[in-house]
This record gives sequence, structure tokens and C-alpha cells, in this order.
Amino acid sequence: MKTLKELFYSKDHEWIMIEGNKAYVGISDFAQHALGDIVFVELPEADEEFTTGDVFGVVESVKAASDLCIPFSGKILENNQVIVDNPLLVNEECYESWMILVEITNKEELNYLMNEEEYKEYCSKEK
Amino acid sequence: MLDNLKITPLYNCYKEYGGKIVEFAGWAMPLQYQGIISEHEAVRNAAGLFDVSHMGEVEIKGADAAEFLQNLVTNDVSILKDNQILYTLMCYENGGIVDDLLVYKFSDEYFYLVINAGNIEKDILWMFECKDLYDVEITNSSSSVAQIAIQGPKAQKILQMITDINLDDIKFFNFKTDVLIDGIKCIVSRTGYTGEDGFEIYTQIDKIENIWHKLLNIGSQEGLKPAGLGCRDTLRFEACLPLYGNEISKDITPLEAGLAFYVKLQKNSFIGKEALLKQKREGLKRKLVGFEMRDRGIPRHGYEVAVLGVKIGEVTTGYLSPTLKKNIGLALIDIKYCELETEIEIVIRGKSLKAEVIDKKFYKNNYKK
Repeated sequence: MKTLKELFYSKDHEWIMIEGNKAYVGISDFAQHALGDIVFVELPEADEEFTTGDVFGVVESVKAASDLCIPFSGKILENNQVIVDNPLLVNEECYESWMILVEITNKEELNYLMNEEEYKEYCSKEK
Repeated sequence: MLDNLKITPLYNCYKEYGGKIVEFAGWAMPLQYQGIISEHEAVRNAAGLFDVSHMGEVEIKGADAAEFLQNLVTNDVSILKDNQILYTLMCYENGGIVDDLLVYKFSDEYFYLVINAGNIEKDILWMFECKDLYDVEITNSSSSVAQIAIQGPKAQKILQMITDINLDDIKFFNFKTDVLIDGIKCIVSRTGYTGEDGFEIYTQIDKIENIWHKLLNIGSQEGLKPAGLGCRDTLRFEACLPLYGNEISKDITPLEAGLAFYVKLQKNSFIGKEALLKQKREGLKRKLVGFEMRDRGIPRHGYEVAVLGVKIGEVTTGYLSPTLKKNIGLALIDIKYCELETEIEIVIRGKSLKAEVIDKKFYKNNYKK
């Protein structure tokens, strides 16, 4: 499973790229591999607000629909229309395929995310 | 999680090709190898190879074999010549469906039934219940028969490379016995569950691995790929072939499922005839239709179908169709809304999304008739 050193990761297999008080969120290689071919992505609009754990969108594979849960509280600044129009990009390049850009409500919550090492270990246990 | 599941004679081959194993009807089967969409496209454009050894095979032998079957199934067994195959349903007295199956005729006194993996025990029990005084032997041969299916426009070309007879001699819905595939004796039929030309191959369980590997080796240059249950479902769905548990079940009759063609009400008698005649006379209250999404969303099995917020039925199967590249589905709905172009709603995650009734023959099949 591919991971990137500079990213953080959630228990739901999302990756988070922090830029000041904003963060990009996508799904990890582990997640896209487990899902198989991704055929549909539904994302929230700008200005929608979520609390940690809330469902912010849906990613659908050929066989099933899966909720996307936000790994920290925040307000949506942008969603990535490119992957809404071409969901297979998430399989092809998951770390380039950000889904939402979020304004972070409370930076303390980021402490609950995993770094690359912790995430790799988490994945190895998850079978 | 995958303990206590049954495995087929080809189980050890899955991993070699990257098989992702899941549970299906109590079996550990490959959902996909390379990916559902690429396997689906391979079957439509070249060929795909399926392990279907989990399916059930039942031998019906005896002086009353033909009569027993004529009473058991809805279609007309008497039209079969030797080496011909019939698709049919078996019904309960109330017209609900026990299973759909293929009937292979070897002779007037010997038939082979191919039934769904998830229904093997139930079907066998049912057949014994229906045996009555018919002079017939019912044998469950499922555990001694392995089956694979090669499907797609290149299926014949690939299979021919290792087959002794001319495959042109096996016509659609016919079969031959003692066909040598890579020197191994097999029963080969021109049948399938994908809407493409192709063959189903039956042989002994200790020989199937050889054939599997050989076909994938020689076939890869023609584009042959191993194919899993994921694309098996998307392919049959596009071809409007029913799946037990989705379009057909004990609570759905063949008439409601649009399978009246396989119900010969003019037969003297068969189990379920009275109930089906009555339903035909009174008119159907619900029917299976095809539909296409007009709002953006993927319909799936079990989703509610509504009109102006009122439930009128359910989606039986739905997908983003890999070949047609649109969101389509089959639904069993109130007869009032079954006309083509009727506007209906599919409820997806609590939202009513617009859809329209369309012809359920989504994909034009490529059978070699």
C-alpha cells in the first residue's frame, strides 16, 4: 500500500494535507484498493459545515456505496469537481485526487490523526 | 471470515491471478481479479473465463424422467431433442419461483439439471418432494462436477485451439459430450450468462485446473482474462438475465418477472400452472421494468421506487452500466406505472431522484444462433 510521508491519515483511510488553517482531504491507496473501481463520487457544497465523524459525501464502487466521514470538524471551502466528473481518477492517483478543501475549526482535533508510520501499522493490522 | 466457506476445485488458482475473494452463497469466490470494469469489458470485446463450479448439477434418470420434469418445470421439456438445452423455471403451487435452471437432455431417460449455487439444497429437497410415484432417480452430482464458462466474441477462437471437435458443430443451446479439451473429456454447451457468444464446460474436478491454466495461457494473446462474480452480475444485468434473489424469488412469479415466454400454460399440467393461469386471467398487479436515471445517482438492489413520494415498488438490480455508460436498473413496480416513458422516482439516500421507464433489453445480445 502506497502512502506519502508528508500526509496525515484517519482511521477511515482518508489522507489529510494540512496547509495552515486549511486542509485537503482524499482517500488513501488502501481505501481505493479495497473499494475497487470507483464509479461515482458525491461531495458537499462550499460553506457546508461538519463535525468530526459526520458523513460529508459518498464514494460508490461498482458493487456498493460507502459513506465518507470527515476526520475533523470544519467548513467546506471547495469540492473537487474534476473527480466528480471522472471518479476513476481516485483509483488511478488517489493522492492527487483531493475531494474537499476544508477550513479547520479546531486545530487540536488534528492531534487525533495518524502520521505515515502510525497509519502503515494501522493498515497492517486491518485485514 | 472466510473459514467455513465451501471452495471450488479452482480456489487455489484465484490468488495467482490476483483474485479478491468474497463470500457468495456460502462459497469463497473471486469477486474480481484485475477489476470489475476491465473484466466486464474483456468479456464484451474479447473473452472472459469464469469459475462457475459452485453451480449445482442434478442428474434425473429413469423411465419417467421426461414426465417428471414436464410436471416440475414451467417450460415444455417435450420439445427437446437429445443434446438440446432448455431454460426454464420451477415454481411452487402458488406460482412463486423455486429456481431458474437449465435442462440438458441426454436421452428420454436421462437429463442433467444445472441449478443456482445458493439453491442447491433447497432445490434437491423440492425435487424429492415432487417425486411422488414417478419412476425416477434424482442424484445431486454437484460436488463431483467442475464447471467453467468462457464468454465473449473470441471465446470460440480461443477454446478451439485446444478442442478436438469443430466448435461450429455445437449450436446455441445445444451440447456435446466426450469433447476433448486439452485431451480431457468434457461436456461442452453453447450457453452462458453474459449476453455474448460462449461456452460452458463441465468436467471432473481433478482435471479442471489444467484446462483453466491452459486457456488463460493460450488465450491471453487474444485478450482472455479471468473474470469474477462482480462482472458476472454486471454482464447478465445488461443482458436482462434474471438473478435469483433479485428479479426472481419465491415471492415473484415468472409472469411478473417478464418470463412468460418460458411458461407454457398450454402444457397439460405442471406445478404452479393453476396459480399462473389465474394470475394471467386476472391481470398482473406488478411487473418488472427497465429504467434509466434522469437525475445523477446510481440505483441499487433494494432501493425504493416511488411516484410523487408514494412507494410503488423496489429496484431489483441497478448499476452504472459499464458498457452502456449510463445509470440504469430493473425494478418490480405497480402495473399502473409500467408503460415506457413513465416518470418514476428512485429514492437514493433519502432523496427522490428522477428516472424514466425504458425497454429492459438494455444490451443487444450477440448469441450465435
